[in-house]
Amino acid sequence: MAKIITKTNLAPAVYEFVVDAPLVAHKCHPGQFVIIRTDEYSERIPLTIADFDREKGYITLIVQAVGNTTKHLCDTFNEGDDILDVVGPLGHPSEMGKFGTVVVVGGGIGVAPVYPIARAYHELGNKVISIIGARDKDLVIWQDKMAAISDELILTTDNGSAGRKGFVTDPLREMLEAGEKVDLVLAIGPVIMMKNVAATTKPFGVKTTASLNTIMVDGTGMCGGCRVMVGGENKFACVDGPEFDAHEVDFANLVMRQQMYKDQEALEYSCGGHCKCVEE
Amino acid sequence: MRNAMPEQPADVRNKNFQEVALGYTKEMAVDEAQRCLNCPKPRCVGSCPVNIDIPKFIHEVAQENFAEAYKILKQKSTLPAVCGRVCPQENQCEGKCVLGIKGEPVAIGRLERFVADYAREHGLDNDVEAPAERKGKKVAVVGSGPSGLTCAGDLAKMGYDVTMYEALHAAGGVLMYGIPQFRLPKEIVQHEISALKKLGVKIVVDAVIGRTFTIKELMEEEGFSAVYVGTGAGLPHFMQIDGENLNGVYSANEFLTRVNLMKAYEFPNYATPVYVGKKAAIVGAGNVAMDAARTAKRLGAEQVYIVYRRSEEEMPARKEEIGHAKEEGIELRLLNNPVAILGDEKGWVNGLKCIKMELGEADASGRRSPVAIAGSEYVLDVDMVVMAIGQGPNPLIKQTTPDLEVNKRGNIVADEAGATSIAGVFAGGDIVTGAATVISAMGAGKKAAAAIDEYLSK
Ligand SMILES: Cc1cc2nc3c(=O)[nH]c(=O)nc-3n(C[C@H](O)[C@H](O)[C@H](O)COP(=O)(O)OP(=O)(O)OC[C@H]3O[C@@H](n4cnc5c(N)ncnc54)[C@H](O)[C@@H]3O)c2cc1C
Ligand SMILES: Cc1cc2nc3c(=O)[nH]c(=O)nc-3n(C[C@H](O)[C@H](O)[C@H](O)COP(=O)(O)OP(=O)(O)OC[C@H]3O[C@@H](n4cnc5c(N)ncnc54)[C@H](O)[C@@H]3O)c2cc1C
Ligand code: SF4
Ligand code: SF4
Ligand code: FES
Ligand SMILES: [Mg+2]
Repeated sequence: MAKIITKTNLAPAVYEFVVDAPLVAHKCHPGQFVIIRTDEYSERIPLTIADFDREKGYITLIVQAVGNTTKHLCDTFNEGDDILDVVGPLGHPSEMGKFGTVVVVGGGIGVAPVYPIARAYHELGNKVISIIGARDKDLVIWQDKMAAISDELILTTDNGSAGRKGFVTDPLREMLEAGEKVDLVLAIGPVIMMKNVAATTKPFGVKTTASLNTIMVDGTGMCGGCRVMVGGENKFACVDGPEFDAHEVDFANLVMRQQMYKDQEALEYSCGGHCKCVEE
Repeated sequence: MRNAMPEQPADVRNKNFQEVALGYTKEMAVDEAQRCLNCPKPRCVGSCPVNIDIPKFIHEVAQENFAEAYKILKQKSTLPAVCGRVCPQENQCEGKCVLGIKGEPVAIGRLERFVADYAREHGLDNDVEAPAERKGKKVAVVGSGPSGLTCAGDLAKMGYDVTMYEALHAAGGVLMYGIPQFRLPKEIVQHEISALKKLGVKIVVDAVIGRTFTIKELMEEEGFSAVYVGTGAGLPHFMQIDGENLNGVYSANEFLTRVNLMKAYEFPNYATPVYVGKKAAIVGAGNVAMDAARTAKRLGAEQVYIVYRRSEEEMPARKEEIGHAKEEGIELRLLNNPVAILGDEKGWVNGLKCIKMELGEADASGRRSPVAIAGSEYVLDVDMVVMAIGQGPNPLIKQTTPDLEVNKRGNIVADEAGATSIAGVFAGGDIVTGAATVISAMGAGKKAAAAIDEYLSK
């Protein structure tokens, strides 16, 4: 049981939840995630730990309402409510070290999981160049927080409503073509974005990491539902990842597997049918 | 004649998730108990992994002293309602019953189940004996499967302050997430768990040891004097053949977890989805495979195949489960080995390519090993495949406990009593033996509880 301390609307259908989860807050590191179950009827869904406060025992989750469980959480859970289960921290923490120049790329709400990792890179003395992108200016989140821990921040929007018009890969490609020495690229966001980032950096031989959002159930390596091909080998994203060498990931298979429950997801009631949030 | 078990008719039960076997009535139980010869040197007892005093408890059943019978069971088994249902009795207690030599063995498992159910329904298991003394020492139990439950219960009765950590949101291990409701109702498992709570065992769910705490932290920071690791064999194996990452391919663990633990059979009332094809192939022939096959059938698959590379004789599942599966319309495709899973352009399974096998010479273990028949490949028309070919140990504890010795397969190395390479850390159940049985996992938990007591009393 984890109590919601604060709930903030960051962008349309995007909420920030600060949650009281001392066991997780005590142990987590950037790059790790939790699995939550909102209530007895809920599925188990993974959410990245976007920030944490060890002293207070709080973790921050940024949730985008994309389907039934996330909508149920965003629409019906408020300050003071309890999330029934929060388990973690899960997955390997991001690899940390002094690499030199690191480009972190966050697409959409991918900015949230990027943030604690970028902050840690920054604290370790790396030069951090952040590229954050969204479809529209209204969907940009945490720009200030990112700016505070970046040596350079580039914002892109698909429609040009803020920052430069285009995709996150545009400034990245220019940077690499201009011969800027980049030691590591980290990309978190929609699969298609991570795939394009990997394609952009590959010709330059720049080490690139992506955090994969496979479908998960237990998050402990027990079900194998999160399996993904990396370098021709099957890996379990929950225990072997979630970060992998982006040049080795079979993104096409990942996209395909994310579609497995498309039919059922369209059917599902937001609350499993147990609250009044979607009276037809 | 052995008393038959009343059951739901096959063509009714293969559409619902209620328990298949309905249990003996009192009359049936007494009648069956009277068949026991009360052998002076009973062969059955030595073949029960926890050496239940079988003739003694059966004698009490025959006398209708069910409370006394229950007490005798509980001396050796913490979970008789579970073991009576799921033990492979034909290889254990009943396999050696003297009556089985010429006729049918006494239905020991069914009697055990009857007594445990009777005790639960009549509140005979309510009085919790308070421990004789408080030891003032804390023990952590990692994993809440049958092994962890048994160890925790025994230690609590001895007066230890026990905390059990479980990675999932519900305690019970395979009893909750793996074995289906129609074979082992979850209410029974939860009843046993609530009994542990009454004994004072603290159960912390949503705690992944290795991540939320390491074993070292449990001992050095959380104040536990000893730790029992009963984390099971939860890592699903795949065949490493083409097409295993297509949509519509499951590990048995995932399929069963979605259905049992997450209750996908009540989707969308419960929000977790599960995919079920029209024609399903389940690869493997153990209990896990039978459970997956019968679950797929219940969820509406019209045709369900068990694909197994050996013959029926070698199938490792309990005899009763194989019989039940066949009655429910599951088709056995024996001496068939999958070589690839085929898919359509959208990435969904549309066939399982198999090769036919024949039994060759017996190997060292006496089992005749299957050999592929060249050129016999064909495609089985299916749109769902479940891999139920075994599970290994989850590597998380090993990865985060550097000094803990494991063998080549990754199983924790422990002696008879459960002691591992680290002082104060004990282990047992599937994490030590590899995937085995409920009763052997319980037995290991029991032995380890005694060893932990000895270790902490020094
Ligand atoms: C390691 C990891 C970290 C994540 N971090 C965040 C985060 O910080 N914030 C955030 O908003 N989202 C995050 N996600 C994605 C989030 O888990 C999914 O959006 C959510 O599960 C969708 O569930 P739904 O019922 O609302 O939508 P649905 O309509 O059921 O699903 C929408 C899509 O989400 C994916 N999905 C469905 N079920 C699951 C599941 N059980 N596990 C994973 N993906 C699923 C599928 O691709 C599906 O098509 C993360 C995913 C992973 C794997
Ligand atoms: C589908 C299926 C059907 C079966 N049918 C039968 C049968 O009919 N008869 C029979 O005798 N046996 C059967 N078995 C085998 C039997 O269930 C197992 O041998 C037995 O459950 C092993 O018990 P255990 O306590 O060692 O581990 P488990 O029951 O596997 O429990 C281990 C627990 O530890 C938890 N865990 C793992 N890692 C961690 C961690 N790092 N931190 C915290 N918790 C952790 C797991 O989540 C799990 O709850 C079956 C198994 C399956 C999968
Ligand atoms: S515990 Fe299992 S093996 Fe032992 S007597 Fe009972 S059913 Fe038989
Ligand atoms: S061997 Fe059979 S007949 Fe003899 S005591 Fe055991 S159950 Fe009874
Ligand atoms: S989510 Fe089940 S193994 Fe990764
Ligand atoms: Mg969903």
